[in-house]
Amino acid sequence: MNEYNGEVKKMMIILSKATLENVYAAFILANGARAEGIEAEMFFTFFGLEAVHNKKLEHLHVATVGNPAMHIPTLLGGIPGMESLATSMMKKEMEKIDIPPVHEFLDILSASGVKLWACKLAMDMFHYKKEDLYEGMDDVLTVGGFYDRAKGLGTHLLFI
Amino acid sequence: MSQLKEISGKNIAVNEEGYLTDFSQWDKSIAEALAKEANLELSPRHWDVISYLQSEHQKEVALNIRKVGNSGVVSIKEFYTLFPQGPLKTATKIAGIPKPASCI
Repeated sequence: MNEYNGEVKKMMIILSKATLENVYAAFILANGARAEGIEAEMFFTFFGLEAVHNKKLEHLHVATVGNPAMHIPTLLGGIPGMESLATSMMKKEMEKIDIPPVHEFLDILSASGVKLWACKLAMDMFHYKKEDLYEGMDDVLTVGGFYDRAKGLGTHLLFI
Repeated sequence: MSQLKEISGKNIAVNEEGYLTDFSQWDKSIAEALAKEANLELSPRHWDVISYLQSEHQKEVALNIRKVGNSGVVSIKEFYTLFPQGPLKTATKIAGIPKPASCI
């Protein structure tokens, strides 16, 4: 038997937030794993569920308040319309470098073989039904079920 | 930095990841030998994808998975079925063109 050489074989990515920058970070990491021949699974929990909720997934925003890297003063960041403005500017920039909108990105992930799981506890808490979610979801899963899928050498878990 | 590697009985210039550095050295027997290294046997569908990637590269289009999926040549799902271990990086290597630097 060969000795394990430390190679990454599987990425288990937990998405707990639905601000656009976090959602895209998670999607790009999952897609990038598949592109390298690494397995990838995603677990959507708490606000992360909004990234796969049919009515919400195309309306995610970047955070303009409490996000010092945006370089917008906190008081200005709170002005109505500020988040939408910043979000539409960011979306335009992303389209230029071929980063797809959320729904199309989910289609790419699903077609690439990324497993998409919804957290059962968060589903119960928000009173979401499976039908409310993106049609390519693999299933609703408990935390235990997700850990169970992480078995094996070379699996890494990442919390976003 | 290029180095020479014997592929299909010829000395071929490749980079440190094994990608051809001179496309003029590419031919179908090179593609078949590189496919074999990746444990693949090339079907007509593989060749469709390889020709598409080469023509995009010739047009200096930066390749990424989204573009391939929207090309009408192959769906993303089929692309992964044809080249299961990282389709874009495997297919470009076989096609004799550089590995795309995109994160998408």
